[in-house]
Amino acid sequence: MTWLIEPTLPEGWELVVGLEVHVELATATKLFCGCANQFGSEPNTNICPVCLGLPGSLPVINGTAVKYAMQLGRALQCEVGPSVMARKNYFYPDMPKDYQTTQYDQPTSFDGELMLADGFRVGVERAHIEEDTGKSTHVGGGGRINDAVHSLVDYNRAGVPLVEIVSHPCLDTIEHAKAYVSGLRDILLAIAVSDARMEEGSMRVDANVSVRPMGSEELRTRCELKNINSIRSMGRAIEYEALRQIDLYSNGESPRQETRHWDEAAGRSTPGRSKEDADDYRYFQEPDLVRLVPSAAEIATIDDAMPARPSARRTALRQLVPAASVSVDVIATLVDRGQDELAIAAIGEGADPEKVVTRLQHDLAVDDFSKITAGALADLIRMETTGELTATQVKQVLSEMVDTGGEPGPIAESRGFEAMPTDDLAGIVDQLIAEHPDEWTRFVGGDDGDRKKMQGFFTGEIMRSTRGQADGRAVAELLAQRSAG
Amino acid sequence: MTAIELSAAVRAGERSAVDVLDEHLARIEERDGEIHAFNLVTADLARSQAEAVDSAVAEGRDPGPLAGVPVAVKDNTCTRGIPTTCSSRILDGWLPPYNATVVDRLAAAGAVTIGKTNLDEFAMGSSTENSAFGPTRNPHDTSKVPGGSSGGSAAAVAAAFAPLAIGSDTGGSIRQPAALCGVVGAKPTYGAVSRYGLIAFASSLDQIGPFATTVADAAVLLESIGGHDPRDSTSIEAPAPSILDALDRGVDGLRVGVLTELAGGPGGVEGISPDVIARTTQAVAALEAAGAEVSEVSVPSATLGLSAYYLIAPAEASSNLSRYDGVRYGLRVDAPTTGEMNTASRSAGFGDEVKRRIMLGTYALSAGYYDAFYGKALKVRTLILRDFAAAYEKVDVLVTPTSPTTAFGFGDKTADPMAMYVNDVCTIPSNLSGHPAISVPFGVGDDGLPIGVQILGPAQSEPTIFSVAAVLEDVASKGGAR
Repeated sequence: MTWLIEPTLPEGWELVVGLEVHVELATATKLFCGCANQFGSEPNTNICPVCLGLPGSLPVINGTAVKYAMQLGRALQCEVGPSVMARKNYFYPDMPKDYQTTQYDQPTSFDGELMLADGFRVGVERAHIEEDTGKSTHVGGGGRINDAVHSLVDYNRAGVPLVEIVSHPCLDTIEHAKAYVSGLRDILLAIAVSDARMEEGSMRVDANVSVRPMGSEELRTRCELKNINSIRSMGRAIEYEALRQIDLYSNGESPRQETRHWDEAAGRSTPGRSKEDADDYRYFQEPDLVRLVPSAAEIATIDDAMPARPSARRTALRQLVPAASVSVDVIATLVDRGQDELAIAAIGEGADPEKVVTRLQHDLAVDDFSKITAGALADLIRMETTGELTATQVKQVLSEMVDTGGEPGPIAESRGFEAMPTDDLAGIVDQLIAEHPDEWTRFVGGDDGDRKKMQGFFTGEIMRSTRGQADGRAVAELLAQRSAG
Repeated sequence: MTAIELSAAVRAGERSAVDVLDEHLARIEERDGEIHAFNLVTADLARSQAEAVDSAVAEGRDPGPLAGVPVAVKDNTCTRGIPTTCSSRILDGWLPPYNATVVDRLAAAGAVTIGKTNLDEFAMGSSTENSAFGPTRNPHDTSKVPGGSSGGSAAAVAAAFAPLAIGSDTGGSIRQPAALCGVVGAKPTYGAVSRYGLIAFASSLDQIGPFATTVADAAVLLESIGGHDPRDSTSIEAPAPSILDALDRGVDGLRVGVLTELAGGPGGVEGISPDVIARTTQAVAALEAAGAEVSEVSVPSATLGLSAYYLIAPAEASSNLSRYDGVRYGLRVDAPTTGEMNTASRSAGFGDEVKRRIMLGTYALSAGYYDAFYGKALKVRTLILRDFAAAYEKVDVLVTPTSPTTAFGFGDKTADPMAMYVNDVCTIPSNLSGHPAISVPFGVGDDGLPIGVQILGPAQSEPTIFSVAAVLEDVASKGGAR
């Protein structure tokens, strides 16, 4: 799947990562008012008294945002039930009310999971609804919050609906962390509740990283990494942080609990706010909003409309294919490409499962395979299995099926891929043996190298005289038969 | 003339709305220098509204049930383009870009909004002495406070500056000043009137309500401003029952309970003065004489209301008032860093009582203290709700005094916050339970100053409690309250 080599931690150390993923919901309007939820507008154009938190204004919750959040919760196999909004109180210049309306002890979704392609289970602690803040730009001076001359605030983002998905601190490798984030992204796109673009900030990842001696169950002091802008950057940030912490422990020191700012260009993180004097957010139930109580019918509707989860799709395909012959990656690739349904249907039509999966993996790496029906694919694989078509011919027929959606039989015929009866092939093989006695002697009596070389010679000659219509495997079998006989 | 009579005369074309306005503006001109009911008199806006009413009448269109009636609006209620101060320095210079729902509804009913009335800063207080712009005086005796926090609205109606006024009531801020100023004031069921545009003090307790000189006028005003508002998530969706239709149904057969713990009974709250208890007892006797079945009802947790309130209300206030940070509007005191600017602005902008409550509320919500304070107060609130529900199994309405005493002197209670807080002891339970309550004038105290009697009822029982108040009003007008 990936050419990157998994960075390994020094011997004896284990990684412990929990991810907090913020996802902007793709609603038309903001969470508590009718302003457009739109990225890239002129600053401070999508604003009103409510999202500016003006005195006297009141929030009214966006029903679509709640529905999207519940859909996401169910997609992550969470419990979804009654929930309440709460206030998280702290002062920040781009937060209009100086409190964030969020969820605290009763989130919309909790206790879920996401299964990775290799069968690793990532526990999801909770997925709660909250509002986004405005966006500050620090200009002049050093351009950072501490040394800028001015701070400009754009409130277009204030009140945009977010869901924060909190994983358990159970991710044990960088690859798993990456697979989890990309799996989340796949789900978000599949249920169409977010465009999940990390580069535009509609999906943001904070990573809580700690390390511990291999085999230990303890959770040591963690650092929270912020400003991660891509999955790749997350991997680098986690690796840097793990090595930094191991270094500290190795020198008899300990990391302190803090937020760290990842600098992608420099490839390192710098300390931010210490969490030792952590803010007391004084959470309490938001009195301006009422309890959210979804009915059983609403949840049932969401479940009914839910597309199958990638993990469930992988399992469904996996069950039909012999585990020994097909790797996890191949199954995951077909699910990622959305070809699992086609494969399952073709297998259902009686095609050989292993051949179906292998053929699709190697020869159907195309965006649009919508013209291929399961029946036609099953027929094609059957022609391959029976030797009616050679592997080369199958590829060519499949390629034409992608373009035209035709049936494999007529396509093979039109291309002159006549089925070559085994008897005819045997005649040609015998004739070639007679014409090339020296080569045949080397094939029968030579060492392994000779035999291999001569097998290539005879196969090539046969293919040339049959214009590629001979089945390579049948040729090999005939050669073996004749040499044994 | 009452608001109902004025409106009828304007609608019939017998009186011009502009004349009505001028008459009231003249009274304000004459006496508000002394009373200080208003932070701002919006004479120009009022005149254009009055002219619109007169032209509507001239063109044969009905301007609405409050046609041409001047209404004073508490200055914590947003008015577009007109300063809305909460009687605080922190909102210095801020002009709301929108109207509160009640302000729009007043206009739709044909009312003329005549000005913004003084209050205790952010509605925190019981005497209007906490206004950053100086106190309001009681029109009955200018050496006394008008009560609070809606002291300006109560005084405006008592001084006939306007027949009607809008107030807000978080722990008694309409009913207590109504009692002290000898006018009618009601806190509706929580959610009966939209809070959109009411600058929040304590969101789960705040409710807008009417001041008037008569129960019927208060009913008309409440009906005009009430009803569902999609912009307030806590607004009741069901249509409000008509109050006016039920106003003269009397109390024959009605089950009336005297809430013993708040009416001088044993084990109840102390400090209710004998003349106030005497008037309350007399009111109950009058209701019995009018056909009500009277009994004594105990609501034990009612005595805990004050303590619970002074944790819940400050806790919510500490959060609601965070937004006044000097960043976007209102007062800003410059300082080297944003954090220091926040602190400097808030230190200069808020008065002592507001600061006290922000600190109290911040403490009550803090990690390690939440369970012992805010959490426990919420439990008391649940208990109160349960006890009232049990009481309303036995009776239809409950009767208590509105305020423990008649109007007191300036400075009498400012040195001791607890002495001031006790003023709300009879009114707070209705805010905690979300139930409606009305204060109606019933005689005077030993000092000759007005006394109010309070009628409480279950959620959405406004038609009943207003009709009981109407009976007491009638008794009092015939000299039955002495």
